[in-house]
Amino acid sequence: MLLAAAATSLVACSDEPSGPVALRLLAYDSFPTEGTPLNDALDAWAESTGRTVEVVTGGDTGTLVTKAVLTAGNPEADVIWGVDNTWLSAATEGGIYADDPVVADVGDVCVNYDIEWFAAKGIEPPTTLADLVDPTYAGLLAVQDPTASSPGLAFLLATIASEGEGWQDYWTALRANDVAVADSWETAYYELFTRAGGDRPLVVSYGSSPPAEVVLADPPRTDAPTGVVEQTCFRQTEYVGVLAGTDHPDDAAALVEFLTSPEFQAELPLTLFVYPADPAIELPQVFVDFAVVPTSPWTIDPAEIDANRQTWQEQWTALLGS
Amino acid sequence: MVALATPPTVVIVGFVVVPALVIAVRTVGAGAIGEALGSRRVLSIAWFTVWQAVLTTVVTLAVGMVPAYVLARRRFRGRTLIRTLVVVPFMLPTVVTGAAFLALLPDSARGTWWAVIVAHSYVNLAVVVRVVGSAWETLPHDLTASARTLGASPWNVARHVVAPLLAPATVAAGAIVFLFAATSFGIVQLLGDGSTTTIEAEVARRALRYGDVGGAVVLSVAQLLVLGSVAVATSRRQRRSAHTLRGDARPRPARRGIPRVRALSIAAVTAILVAGPLVMLCAASFRNAGGWTSRAWTSWGSGSIRPGISLGVDPWSAIRASVVTAVVATSIATVVGVLAALAVTEMRRGGQWLDTGIMLPLGISGVTVGLGMLVTFAVPPFDWRGQWWLVPVGHALIGLPFVVRVALPRIRSIQPDQRSAALLLGASPTRAWWETTVRRVTPALGPAVALAAAASLGEFGATTLLSRSGSDTLPLAIAGLLSRPGDLPRSQGFALAAVLMGVTAVLVSLAEGRADARHR
Repeated sequence: MLLAAAATSLVACSDEPSGPVALRLLAYDSFPTEGTPLNDALDAWAESTGRTVEVVTGGDTGTLVTKAVLTAGNPEADVIWGVDNTWLSAATEGGIYADDPVVADVGDVCVNYDIEWFAAKGIEPPTTLADLVDPTYAGLLAVQDPTASSPGLAFLLATIASEGEGWQDYWTALRANDVAVADSWETAYYELFTRAGGDRPLVVSYGSSPPAEVVLADPPRTDAPTGVVEQTCFRQTEYVGVLAGTDHPDDAAALVEFLTSPEFQAELPLTLFVYPADPAIELPQVFVDFAVVPTSPWTIDPAEIDANRQTWQEQWTALLGS
Repeated sequence: MVALATPPTVVIVGFVVVPALVIAVRTVGAGAIGEALGSRRVLSIAWFTVWQAVLTTVVTLAVGMVPAYVLARRRFRGRTLIRTLVVVPFMLPTVVTGAAFLALLPDSARGTWWAVIVAHSYVNLAVVVRVVGSAWETLPHDLTASARTLGASPWNVARHVVAPLLAPATVAAGAIVFLFAATSFGIVQLLGDGSTTTIEAEVARRALRYGDVGGAVVLSVAQLLVLGSVAVATSRRQRRSAHTLRGDARPRPARRGIPRVRALSIAAVTAILVAGPLVMLCAASFRNAGGWTSRAWTSWGSGSIRPGISLGVDPWSAIRASVVTAVVATSIATVVGVLAALAVTEMRRGGQWLDTGIMLPLGISGVTVGLGMLVTFAVPPFDWRGQWWLVPVGHALIGLPFVVRVALPRIRSIQPDQRSAALLLGASPTRAWWETTVRRVTPALGPAVALAAAASLGEFGATTLLSRSGSDTLPLAIAGLLSRPGDLPRSQGFALAAVLMGVTAVLVSLAEGRADARHR
């Protein structure tokens, strides 16, 4: 009785019409919540269409996906941004989407290095994945936990693509070489990386991270202080979609449409530092100058990722998990 | 009386029994039982869970017997203080204990089996000291004295007189320690790693890291079955080995026994062992690689790392979330708990069922409570997964047993005569009940409220599963900060853990203080 009464009162609450439609956009932690051209574009769209959009961040992509799976059908937001090709199968099998998600942006997950640090030490930066287990680079690399983070999972997949069956030995060697594992990209890039005051001059980030170092540099600079180890890259595609069970399916669909429109997509390179989904959209010069596009990034067949993701994550956790 | 029993029954059935049944049924329905239980990783985690719990039990019993003996059989100044101190680790949130051992042990200890066992033994020391100690206290002194007079050596007295008499209490304490160690979550989250982990933590990992709810459900049911059979087996064993012994009605610690100096030094060492990790925790919040600093305490509030993106955990928002949750959870737990206690005393058979039901959340682990609620309340019209109040309701379930345990003796102490007298003097039955029972229970609720609040503030397992984006409570924030590499987040984690430790200590001492005052 009590339960039924409580349930009805809840249903009654959610049906109440009140002012503009309030949409919630769930994204990973590195999606800006306010104060960037991206947010201005979002707010302008919301205002002109009589809606409001609140950006809610919920951890790195892995955390985002699994939490969305746990609440599939009764989501904590209306639209989810940023599930990538490494996590997509978990998201779709978990039934988080109302419709098929669409491509939101593209990037390359690659090891980045601090140019000045290596110059000062007189060490050549690594050029391959194999270099990373070399004692020369002991204690220098920071990666993300592939059970919580999408760049972390992408880097794990790069090592699996490169090392094949021997990938667990590779990670055992990385562990012996004192790799640091962070729970999110933010922690790795903005705490552990030497550029952020940490003690790791090598960090798993993006091929398009160097432009960010130039654009956001204070004081301004004209060259990139970080480089990209091209042979460590893994191609990452991120998706955006309406969450199943949203109270505002039509408004949410309109938001997804806006997020994939040229108007919004044009802001991506210099705020999220990723490539727009549509290659026809013109890139800013600074992005073109400093972003590294690997000629042959590592890839794994999506079906193989789907079939093995959890097994690989469990095996990785047994080796390095915390 | 049925009216009294309804709300607590609905809460227990709706939020504990039904979810437990739902996950059990889902497991039977899942085709993946064999796959989930047969995987090598699951087997190795199950193996670690069991052997670390066994070893923890052995270590805790071995170490705990010494202070248990001294505190039960010797009288000295400061005895009460040390008895209280020993209980502190047991009452502290598990993330605080985990943080304290991270602060105490070298970094290389993280992920080792012995770090996990040391921390588990530390938490459970109180169980041995209190449970075995209270049995020891009531052991008649003349029994051992007469055995000695008859020529038995001290060893023979210990082996043939004392040990059999203490056996039931020892088995009981051992079973409790085993169950707590086997379902440990907070401590293995902080001190363990990918292989030194428990089934409990693996359940949460499956649900939250792999998005594998089915696998999580299967594991948690397997855990429930194993732990349930251990609980049943030990309670049988306890009944069989129970000796009837008419001990001293009022236990008096003996003055004789081991030399006073040795007793005092054992007490002192115990105090240092208990307080040490907690002192180290506070110290660690003032340290970084460079030396002493108060940065962890002064740099609260999250800094912006790049336009629109702030880094990491905001301690203030975690404190706010914890306080709001604790207030709501404590209110629910207090109201429902008092109703339940009143109903238990008024009803006979049904009351016993209700009493058992209320203790369930303590037996079922926090992670399972959270997982059960998530899986159960996933179907309209009961789809409440996104609701903010699911977290305080989960906390209230875990606080309920404390409220009931505090309120019950108080209600039972009320003399039936008083109510008869009120009736005789012309009060209506309801009025008589209200005046003699309800109004007398209310003042006793202070300790109950304090304990329920402490339980909510420290709750970690259920919260991990139920909490939504952006509303992390203190234990979640602490675990998050401590899992991050880097100096500042770590010392901030220690600082927040010290805050949580302080608040819990105040709440628990309020509860204990009031309880003591009442007994006097």
